Amino acid sequence: MTDQHRPLQSGNRSEQIIDALQQARETRSPVYINGGGSKQHLMGRNCDYTVLDVSEHRGIVDYQPQELVITARAGTPLVDILAILDAEGQTLSFEPPLFNGIATLGGTLACNLSGPARPWNGSIRDMVLGVQLINGKCERLNFGGKVIKNVAGYDVSRLQAGALGTLGVLCEVSLKVLPRAEKTLTLCYDMSAPEAVRHMNQRAGQPKPLSGAVWLNGQLHLRLSGAASAVDSTVVQWGGEILESGDILWEQLREMTLPFFNDAGALWRFSVQSSAEVRLDFGTTLIDWCGAQRWVHGEHPGEALQQAAVEAGGHVSLFRGGDRNAEVRSPLTSVEQGLQQRLKKSFDPDGILNPGRLYSWL
Amino acid sequence: MLVVLPETVKQVQQVLRVCHQLGVPVVARGAGTGLSAGAMPHPEGILLCLSKLDRILDIDVLARTARVQPGVSNLSISEAAASHRLYYAPDPSSQIACTIGGNVSENSGGVHCLKYGLTVHNILSLNVLTVEGETLSIGSGGLDSPGYDLMALLTGSEGLLGIITEVTVRLLPLPELAQVVMAGFDSVSTAGDAVGAIIAAGIIPAGLEMMDRLAIQAAEDFAQAGYPREAAAILLCEVDGTSEEVAQHTQEIARLFDQHGATSLTISRDETQRALLWKGRKAAFPAIGRLSPDYYCMDGTIPRSQLSFVLNEIYRLSEQYALPVANVFHAGDGNLHPLIMFDASDPTAIHRAEEFGAKILELSVSVGGCITGEHGVGVEKLGQMISQFTTQELLQFEDIKHAFDPALNLNPGKGIPILKRCQEYRALPARHQHD
Repeated sequence: MTDQHRPLQSGNRSEQIIDALQQARETRSPVYINGGGSKQHLMGRNCDYTVLDVSEHRGIVDYQPQELVITARAGTPLVDILAILDAEGQTLSFEPPLFNGIATLGGTLACNLSGPARPWNGSIRDMVLGVQLINGKCERLNFGGKVIKNVAGYDVSRLQAGALGTLGVLCEVSLKVLPRAEKTLTLCYDMSAPEAVRHMNQRAGQPKPLSGAVWLNGQLHLRLSGAASAVDSTVVQWGGEILESGDILWEQLREMTLPFFNDAGALWRFSVQSSAEVRLDFGTTLIDWCGAQRWVHGEHPGEALQQAAVEAGGHVSLFRGGDRNAEVRSPLTSVEQGLQQRLKKSFDPDGILNPGRLYSWL
Repeated sequence: MLVVLPETVKQVQQVLRVCHQLGVPVVARGAGTGLSAGAMPHPEGILLCLSKLDRILDIDVLARTARVQPGVSNLSISEAAASHRLYYAPDPSSQIACTIGGNVSENSGGVHCLKYGLTVHNILSLNVLTVEGETLSIGSGGLDSPGYDLMALLTGSEGLLGIITEVTVRLLPLPELAQVVMAGFDSVSTAGDAVGAIIAAGIIPAGLEMMDRLAIQAAEDFAQAGYPREAAAILLCEVDGTSEEVAQHTQEIARLFDQHGATSLTISRDETQRALLWKGRKAAFPAIGRLSPDYYCMDGTIPRSQLSFVLNEIYRLSEQYALPVANVFHAGDGNLHPLIMFDASDPTAIHRAEEFGAKILELSVSVGGCITGEHGVGVEKLGQMISQFTTQELLQFEDIKHAFDPALNLNPGKGIPILKRCQEYRALPARHQHD
């Protein structure tokens, strides 16, 4: 990637972003949108374009604790948002990875990244209420808003989740925020992966304050969080060993700093039905999201991975490492592919926004 | 106009293929309970009724999902899951009749949205037929999907982008216990402040509803729920969870209501009383129907902090238009449902009611809210889309529509105003345009 853009100053830099996009459009030279850069080598395919640095388009625009809504510019680091929420006893319930403090709000939405609480608290896709974005026609557009219920027009805000910036440069994002849990506690059980998947799904079917379920190294960890009275009574009913360092485990899981993630090679992410059968043919597995997110390492035949994902009712992607010039996501049917291409074109007719980042043909 | 009632997905596909070949508009319809005329038939089109596709195909207890056809009623999913101690959370007032296909198309809410989300948060995958009759599988058995999130786009798209033929919904464990705290207040302002205080205390109620004086009296006459007739506003606050948690939160909420000047306070003793307290709220719309020959139900959303300002403005407009108004709404979400009462036999009244309604929606937008929280745009609010969105934003919607349905044959004339932007548009038949 060639870094030709001068660093922008802090504050509202949307005019400069529009100027840069206009130039890109005139010269037909695509841009690679970069915030904190924490996910540059994750999730997407390699893109070798001029970098559009949006990290200085930052700052909290509005925060109303009683409305449970915060609005911030896309380049705002998540740590800044969490600090202001924390002072009011609130938080981002989808537990996004902070990646050494450099992950930004815009990048987190573009990548749709959520932590261990995802199956219960939803993802950033579920929490986004509105966005301001600049599309490939250099138009500054607002969709959604700052209220919890809004069904006017198509839900363009949620569409940005996981689009990796290919539909627009995110400028502002409004999110629903929630109170921090009063109490959190981690329970630990020795069991095999297949037993753990069954057990975690059964537990999730009970009306208890479960907020995390992960299996690694022969152990199932269940996290309880919510009202202290609910957490305490569930611990008594469920039993299990209380893990004193539980908070560290969940933080390392969220930040992908557990020893499991140290392997520098290819890291594959399966997104599957939570109760799907455990496959042992791809080596060591880490099972998160109550069974719905499973990680494996190493070089495996693409077709075998695809088939395993389909059998488990989901899809697989090359999250990190490996050949990032090839496709890194599950293939789509020709009908789906055509529709995705037309949708991309409706936002970005000249293909200047991160083309090829999601799929080579998109 | 022609009505078709297919019994299989294959038949739906055949209808779509024929319509595509002939360029005939297709309007999908479930139970027809919508409140914005989103399923209103098209004079030159096919009305595609999906009510016969009404089977629950599978309930996966371990994965906590149900796979259902689009014509299945909202409530019947929860009924079918109840023996497994599971339920489907979104519960629009029409849940006894409305279909899940319609819920997806409207992104329906209900009284439990603040805690459990809307339809979009509670579905996992969709089978959809495109306008050409091609099969699309959207979402996955997992919690996300490769490529663009078409499920986000389809949900709430009012039948403009595709025809839903199957839905997989999330099921949640039935809470151990739910209790309602009801409080009366001597003004809507103090009730509004009490709503804010609950949120500020870090409690997310399962439901938090407000009714004002006219609505309280009408509902009490209708349901004898035990509402305080003299109150200017009541709040119904439901908390659910483990029994310990519910006990902790009901006490805290009662204390907060008391601190904020509640004139009366009731905590439901048992399921019978809880059901009775809700009965009044759920019967509020028909109860208002007894007060007036006709009423017009509005659906704006506003920031909660604007509640008392907006309600007082609505009362002022009520006097200006000489039409009484009752308010029943989801206070926790800021989703207002003013019910404007009028008599359609008075030729001026209907116009005054419409104008009054439009003013309420514009007021909602002006305080940072939106023109529809859960009822959709349909035909009803096409005019107000202009007050919420710029021309460029509306054109972006139009471009999205084109990506799915270039000939504009799916539910034409609903949801998004099609602008007469260029020659290509002017050349379109009149049925695709709006004045």
